[in-house]
Amino acid sequence: MRKRAAWLGLSMIATLIALGSIARAALPAPTPITDELVKAATAEGKVVFYTSVELVLAEDLSKLFQEKYPGISVQVERTGSERVFQRIGQEYAANIHSVDVVNSSDASHFIYWKRNGMVQPFLSTEMAENYAPSSLDPDGAYAPWRLNISPFAYNTSLVKEADAPKSFKDLLDPKWKGKLVKASPNYSGTIMTATYETLVALGWDYFEALAKQDVMQTQSALEPPRKVASGEREVMVDGSEYFIYSLMDKGNPIKVVYPAEGVPAITSPGAMLKAAPHPNAARLFYAFLFSQPVQQVMVDKGGTRSFHKLVKDRPDHVPLAQLKLWPEDANAVEARSEEIKSRYRQLFGG
Amino acid sequence: MATTGARLDIAIPVLALGALLLAALIVIPMGWLGYVSLGGLQAGMTLSNYAALVSSPDMLRPLLLSLGVAFAVAVISALVASPMAWLVARTDLPWKRGFRLLVLASFVTPPFLGAVAWEILAARNSGLLNEAYRRAFGLPRSDFLFNIYTVTGLIFVLATYTFPYVFILVANGLERIPLELEEASAILGARPWRTALKVTLPLALPALLAGTLVAFLQAMNNFGAPAIIALPAGLQTITTKIWTLFQFPPQPGLAAAAAVPLLAVTIVLLQLQRRLLGRRGYAVIGGKGARLDLVRLGRWKAPAFAFAAAVVTVAVILPYLALMLSAFSRTLTITLSPGNFTLRNFFFVFTELSGTNLALQNTLLLGITTATAGTLLALVIAYIVARRALPFWRWLGFLATAPLAIPSIVLGVGLFFAYTHPPFVLYGTLGILFVAFLTIELPIGYQQFQAAFRSLHAELEEAGRILGAGRLRTLRDITAPLLWSAVISTWCLVFVAAIRELSAAILLFTADTKVLSVLIYDLNETGEPGAIAVVGLTMLLITFAVIGAAYALPRSSLPLQDNPG
Repeated sequence: MRKRAAWLGLSMIATLIALGSIARAALPAPTPITDELVKAATAEGKVVFYTSVELVLAEDLSKLFQEKYPGISVQVERTGSERVFQRIGQEYAANIHSVDVVNSSDASHFIYWKRNGMVQPFLSTEMAENYAPSSLDPDGAYAPWRLNISPFAYNTSLVKEADAPKSFKDLLDPKWKGKLVKASPNYSGTIMTATYETLVALGWDYFEALAKQDVMQTQSALEPPRKVASGEREVMVDGSEYFIYSLMDKGNPIKVVYPAEGVPAITSPGAMLKAAPHPNAARLFYAFLFSQPVQQVMVDKGGTRSFHKLVKDRPDHVPLAQLKLWPEDANAVEARSEEIKSRYRQLFGG
Repeated sequence: MATTGARLDIAIPVLALGALLLAALIVIPMGWLGYVSLGGLQAGMTLSNYAALVSSPDMLRPLLLSLGVAFAVAVISALVASPMAWLVARTDLPWKRGFRLLVLASFVTPPFLGAVAWEILAARNSGLLNEAYRRAFGLPRSDFLFNIYTVTGLIFVLATYTFPYVFILVANGLERIPLELEEASAILGARPWRTALKVTLPLALPALLAGTLVAFLQAMNNFGAPAIIALPAGLQTITTKIWTLFQFPPQPGLAAAAAVPLLAVTIVLLQLQRRLLGRRGYAVIGGKGARLDLVRLGRWKAPAFAFAAAVVTVAVILPYLALMLSAFSRTLTITLSPGNFTLRNFFFVFTELSGTNLALQNTLLLGITTATAGTLLALVIAYIVARRALPFWRWLGFLATAPLAIPSIVLGVGLFFAYTHPPFVLYGTLGILFVAFLTIELPIGYQQFQAAFRSLHAELEEAGRILGAGRLRTLRDITAPLLWSAVISTWCLVFVAAIRELSAAILLFTADTKVLSVLIYDLNETGEPGAIAVVGLTMLLITFAVIGAAYALPRSSLPLQDNPG
């Protein structure tokens, strides 16, 4: 009995704390980028960025940063979102704090990091003015760095436009057997989020049927577009929309299809670590990543979509308003992540 | 007498320190491995991890796949390597030196790099070989010759990089066979072919079996090739499975338990190998007898040459060509047109990719320190064992070869636990990688020196001792110079093996301690074939530069070196 009472008491306290924190939820005061901050950041000399964005794009951004702030080098650690999460977990468990700024395409990671007090709320003046408050975390612990979409795509020299699959149902046609490629939620956060949304819409039945189509399995969400562009497979089932555009820009024979049932949308947030080894450089770099010129470069060169009010979308992008985007739910992704990963592995291996 | 006694007192602590270091290297991580597998990091001691291992198909299937693949690889390696070794060691095959060098190139090529090269060559649709095949016969896209993303593909790639182990052992075995036996057979009227089959083959059989076992172990314990070839096919081997168990939420207990069957199989097979080979390791060279009469191939010369040429083409020439094409190729579809030529990949890797310089520095630093420390430690241990300079010398010999029985990824798991927890926290520093590489490469060094000491008479050292030099001085001024060639070859072998290590590094690196092998692995997951090719070729260039330098030095002896006879 005493145990039970104590438990009740504890859970009440926990609820009160939770309520209190909701009541106190407020964006941090916007921080301007001052000369002092730049000076302090330059003294630190370095910033470490863990990200899941395409490597060449990440290195392009790091070059831009180093041109704007000479004397601060950027170390880019590019890997899949699920491995970004694992590496930070493994490093923090051993008390190693090497990451300053992080980006992952699995938004549920940020919920975990925030709950464990690992991320530092921060908002630059520009961010406060140009990002819709609804798109930001209520405490400013993380912010939406880019919006990714996981559509289909096909190789235009191997598949005629009329023959290309238009819906998830089309993919189950026997004619696509052995011609499909998709990425793994065990590695890619984009695919983790996309798999969850597809599950909500179509259920495990769809994935079970798809698994019988002899689908090539890649790790990264960037690989399916590449495998289609290189002609290794005809059609990609999921993968990063932005990278398809960046491959199209280079003249590769690839084209996007937005499936009729709807298309997974994946917000890829960014955050700054509380235990960042270069706290000032982290602030500077974080603000830089969300600034208009950088967001515009990401859209124009990288093919991403931006949450920044002043950033113009690419003319060749189908406008978001015309797409039937499936709703995101990072909390549900976090709750079901293990189930999805292990069931997926049983079906597709990867 | 008194002075000698005093000098002995200095020598013994130094030797004892080496012995203690060795014991710590092995015992600490293995102790942690056992502790964690028994639930040491969970609530209480339990066997549940082992129960999960046998009862869950998720764990059992990868284990069985690994064993099956390893068996197939071992058989294929033996079938390809033994005729190749016989041709190169015992016949008048033309261009033998070239063949030896190319097998050496295959020996030092990291399997994960070979796997990437074979992706470029034999992906079902975009593979260069499949495209050439379709173009040559005007076939539709649905036709293909090879599909690398299959179990067969994995077996093929692994066999390509494990057959050199069989080759080395068999070639050495053949060179050691007493000439008289074959002569006797010839005198009794047997034709050369009959002699080869009835006399040479049975005599070489122990070496062949031992080599096949080593190939089996190499294939079973490899991580890089299955990670690159098997995952796209939706397959897991036990090594990739162990690695996924480190992903979130980490299941260290299960990972540690999964490592134990690998360890057990390896120990059993190594015991078997030891019995077959009589305590000689695979890196052991020497004992080459007088020049042997070569078997004349006669009209079989052309087919034999074609066979050997085909083997090295598949193992070395094609993959290296594929990497070069990829390194200089602008688009994802690799074509030979001049418009597709670019230096962009080199520019990207060396000026834009922020990880390259750090990884290059770390790799070189680790290669040099591991090679130097490994050579020293191996020398000290081999000396203690050869001269029985300490009690328990037998145990030291066992410990120095024990890492052979520990798959790298298993050692990686053990080291991760050992050096992320007090009292020794090394994770996050190059120190943990240094310890890992040193432990993994120690047996190579030890076996080199063991062989060298066997041919070195104790009288020379005793002369030094009688003239009043202490043990350490004797070791430095007499023993070491006499062992000079072993020192050089050991240093090189350890260096080359350390800079290509992936299985342990993949578990132990952090952002600041990344090495080239991990960089290649990361680039492969992201899918940057051009950049991978550039980093891979850089790694091979370093390897060949070091080996070339070693060959240039006088009196060095590397495995696969041309028969001096």
